[in-house]
Amino acid sequence: MSLAKRDWQSITLSAVLLAVAACLPLTGDAYMLSIGITIAMYAVLATSWALFSGPTHFISLATAAFFGLGTYTTAIGIENGLNYWVTLPIAAILGAVLAALVGLATLRLSGVYFVIFTLGLAELVRQVVTWGQNVSGQKGLYVLTDITEVHIYLQLLVLGGIVYLTGWAIGRSRLGFALRIIGDDEEVARHSGINTSRAKILLFMVSGATAAVVGSMLAPRYIYIEPALAFTPMLSFLVVIMALLGGTGRLWGPLVGVIPFTLLWEAISASFPNQTTLLLGLSFLVIVYLLPRGFVGLIESGKRKMREREAFA
Amino acid sequence: MKRRNLFGLAAALTVATALTGPLAAQEMLKIGAVGPKTGPLAGGGAVTFWPNVQLWAHDVNEAGGIDVGGTKMMVEVIEYDDQTNPGETIKAVQRLATQDEADFILAPYGTGLNIAAAPIFERYGYPMVTHTAISDQIEDLSGKFPNMYFLLGGATGLAGGVIDVLSQMRDAGEIGSSVAMVNVADAFGIELAEAARPQFEAAGFEIVYDSSYPLGTQDLSPVINGARDSNPDAFVAWSYPPDTFGLTEQAQIAGLSPKAFYTAVATAFPSYGARFGAAAEGVLGAGGVFADGDAFKDYAARHEAVTGAKPDFWASAPAYASFQILQQAIEGAGTTDKAAVAEYIANNDFDTIIGPITWDENNSNAKYWTVGQWQGGVFKGVASTGRDGAVAAMPKTGWE
Amino acid sequence: MDILITGLLLGGTYALIAMGLNLQYGVARIMNLANGEFLVAGGFAAFWFYTAGQVSPLLTIFIVAPLAFGLNWLIYVVMLRPLVKRAKSHGQLEVDAILTTFGLAFVSVGIMLALFGGDYFSYSYLARPITLIGDTYALNRVTAAVAAVIICGGLWLWLNHTRAGMSIRAIAVDPKSARLVGIDVPKLSALAFALGGAVTAMGGALISTFLTLDASTGVMFTLKALVIVIMGGVGDVRGTIVAALLLGILETFVATLIDPGLTLAAAYLLFVLILLFRPQGLFGRRTT
Repeated sequence: MSLAKRDWQSITLSAVLLAVAACLPLTGDAYMLSIGITIAMYAVLATSWALFSGPTHFISLATAAFFGLGTYTTAIGIENGLNYWVTLPIAAILGAVLAALVGLATLRLSGVYFVIFTLGLAELVRQVVTWGQNVSGQKGLYVLTDITEVHIYLQLLVLGGIVYLTGWAIGRSRLGFALRIIGDDEEVARHSGINTSRAKILLFMVSGATAAVVGSMLAPRYIYIEPALAFTPMLSFLVVIMALLGGTGRLWGPLVGVIPFTLLWEAISASFPNQTTLLLGLSFLVIVYLLPRGFVGLIESGKRKMREREAFA
Repeated sequence: MKRRNLFGLAAALTVATALTGPLAAQEMLKIGAVGPKTGPLAGGGAVTFWPNVQLWAHDVNEAGGIDVGGTKMMVEVIEYDDQTNPGETIKAVQRLATQDEADFILAPYGTGLNIAAAPIFERYGYPMVTHTAISDQIEDLSGKFPNMYFLLGGATGLAGGVIDVLSQMRDAGEIGSSVAMVNVADAFGIELAEAARPQFEAAGFEIVYDSSYPLGTQDLSPVINGARDSNPDAFVAWSYPPDTFGLTEQAQIAGLSPKAFYTAVATAFPSYGARFGAAAEGVLGAGGVFADGDAFKDYAARHEAVTGAKPDFWASAPAYASFQILQQAIEGAGTTDKAAVAEYIANNDFDTIIGPITWDENNSNAKYWTVGQWQGGVFKGVASTGRDGAVAAMPKTGWE
Repeated sequence: MDILITGLLLGGTYALIAMGLNLQYGVARIMNLANGEFLVAGGFAAFWFYTAGQVSPLLTIFIVAPLAFGLNWLIYVVMLRPLVKRAKSHGQLEVDAILTTFGLAFVSVGIMLALFGGDYFSYSYLARPITLIGDTYALNRVTAAVAAVIICGGLWLWLNHTRAGMSIRAIAVDPKSARLVGIDVPKLSALAFALGGAVTAMGGALISTFLTLDASTGVMFTLKALVIVIMGGVGDVRGTIVAALLLGILETFVATLIDPGLTLAAAYLLFVLILLFRPQGLFGRRTT
């Protein structure tokens, strides 16, 4: 596989950006760091979500299921004497297995049926986990570790880097090509000999494993693990919203959705504590009406205008 | 309820405008408050946490402020909504510490959100007197977060209180020894049910019905019918707010009418008494206060006058007391230096509206209310781990 | 027998929760994530009228329904119709609808919080036992179930025996062809959306007699409604009713005979299984 000049450029650019992001803890500003964790967490979740949902146009609301699964894996693992680092790959494997099962189960579903199926599935996983916790006699789960915010932030960045590399590699591979055709027209894809099921399931596994690992990484931050917080459906919705606000057509799309959205959220929470929800909702509406194609659309049309201007100059 | 809230809003606005005028120039003490205004815990926060924040700030400022080494400082409260999301709680506490440079931060609302915020409190050296965290891992937590204090007690103690009350009723010949126990399948319910099972057994009770139900169950009649068919002498539910109401109503309808009927969180809410009226008489619930004591009566009257709502009979008073402890520690230390105030909290006893507070070796208030009972329209404490003022529990006589 | 009746009563509750969303999604093609908030708002209204003026919730629904109808009509015409016009494909509309109604849900929660505060609201209405075939049930649940039968029956009659109703069904089946045979699709879509909102708010007023709600609980009901609508098949009144009753009976059955802790797990398992074997829902049509 040979890399063109453009590829090298974008890889270098991404590496530099990642390195810059990794310097954030050096500033010693803990407030920026806590915002940074929020951004990194949603960026990883939204990007890995878009890896699957972007090309296939299948909207998954199962993020919370994978996230909660990861959180519980780490919590139960540590409770039973496992090393934190061992729980991460276990979470990834469990997430991938669950995703594979879901993928197999949902092959025949399309459109809104898939959306709500994933939603129901997330609730099913949560119910089974809480019931299991109840009958197993496991008391409250506490993840008391020495992991600090800096560690969590850097771990998320590394995971983000891996997700980006994976996404980029998929984009260049036969798999990525296959997915794009599936997204355009699944019928055509099937006729041209593409194993659509395999492609979809593989991608969903990547996405599920990533969300599970994010859940694992955040468990030490929450310390006290409750099903209602680990499996909150709000998480699934927020990830979808942020990814869609950014735009799912590009690998970097979700990122340009997550960053402004998190900053906006922070600004609203800080300035209007009593109307946070109301204003957050209003800003959604404004964004949807003013930016019909997400931030990616805004950036691309900006670029096009610049190019046109250059051409005329 | 709506009118009361509007009234409360109006009262709050008047207070706010009254305060901002002449006092703005004076040096203010910035106090941060983080809690849920939206999300699953918002209902509880609206009853127990936010009104007390408002009341405490009002009381302090009406008295001329907190005496910090000779100068009176008014308090200014900065509130943030954490949307019942631990990530947001962390961010908001972080924001208070670094952006708003709050002098002190009140402990958040709810077990999970408190514990999530504990590392941030610890890092900046803020003393953290929790009022609504219930945990059996207090030893581990206070070891890791030395500035963290616990007012409301632990699961084992809460469950133990119920078993004590039931044992006394049994010894008095009022009930037999069969118990039907249910719990909500969330962290709180699971922890309490696990704590209660061995204690029931040790006390010689027989658990004739034992089951859980998921958070958000919309029909609790199968649970109640199952409990009723086991014909228990006592019914114990480790329940959360919406289901506490649901279980009680369903028990009335299904004719589950044991001599001892216990539901956990929200039994102590005034809205429980308002909704069930005379039927609530004799219902046992988590918490309790010395309801006949002057300290509580006076507090309840001010609570209603300032916020427009009645306090609950469990965590409301401890929430207010936790703010009092902070206030007394600042005055005692005579400085706004966090380390000095934290040290003062660690080394002193406090006199609050819930009585004297002393810390045990785990920074925990070892004397807390565990069980209360609706008696004559008031939810009175009937069992505690050493508080004064408990009244005798009486057997429940039907739902009429 | 006891299980069956309790299950049917719960199913009636579920039908009230889901019927409005079915109209909104099935006909107007808007996956309304703010549906649960309208349900809570209906409950608020019932609570307020009852505690302030002792007005029976059964009468309140006649005030709530036209208000919710008007409000939802406005929402559709002002906010959603531009999206419908703008959307180049069905997928695009789905995405826009998710974003918009999610924002709308946040706005509604914010408004309710500002108006009513975050406290739980609960009151006692018809909380009396009633004896049916030798066992006792809650009168308020029986009342809500009877109301559910009346509302769903009325809807069914209207959809099958009036011109407007049949046009709406035609749109649910195929909006493009409906346009070709001279049906005013935009107008009837707005009508269906508004009607869905009214049904949801009425449902909220009815279930507030036995469920304790607060400003933030809407999302719980939205989730349940989505699951029921999809399980029954989009755009089909029968499907929603059957799915609601199935869920009600299953949950009661599991709670009574197996373990109450598994009720919701069983409900979602049924949902997942049904979609595995009938990807278009119980009564849905196979889409191409």
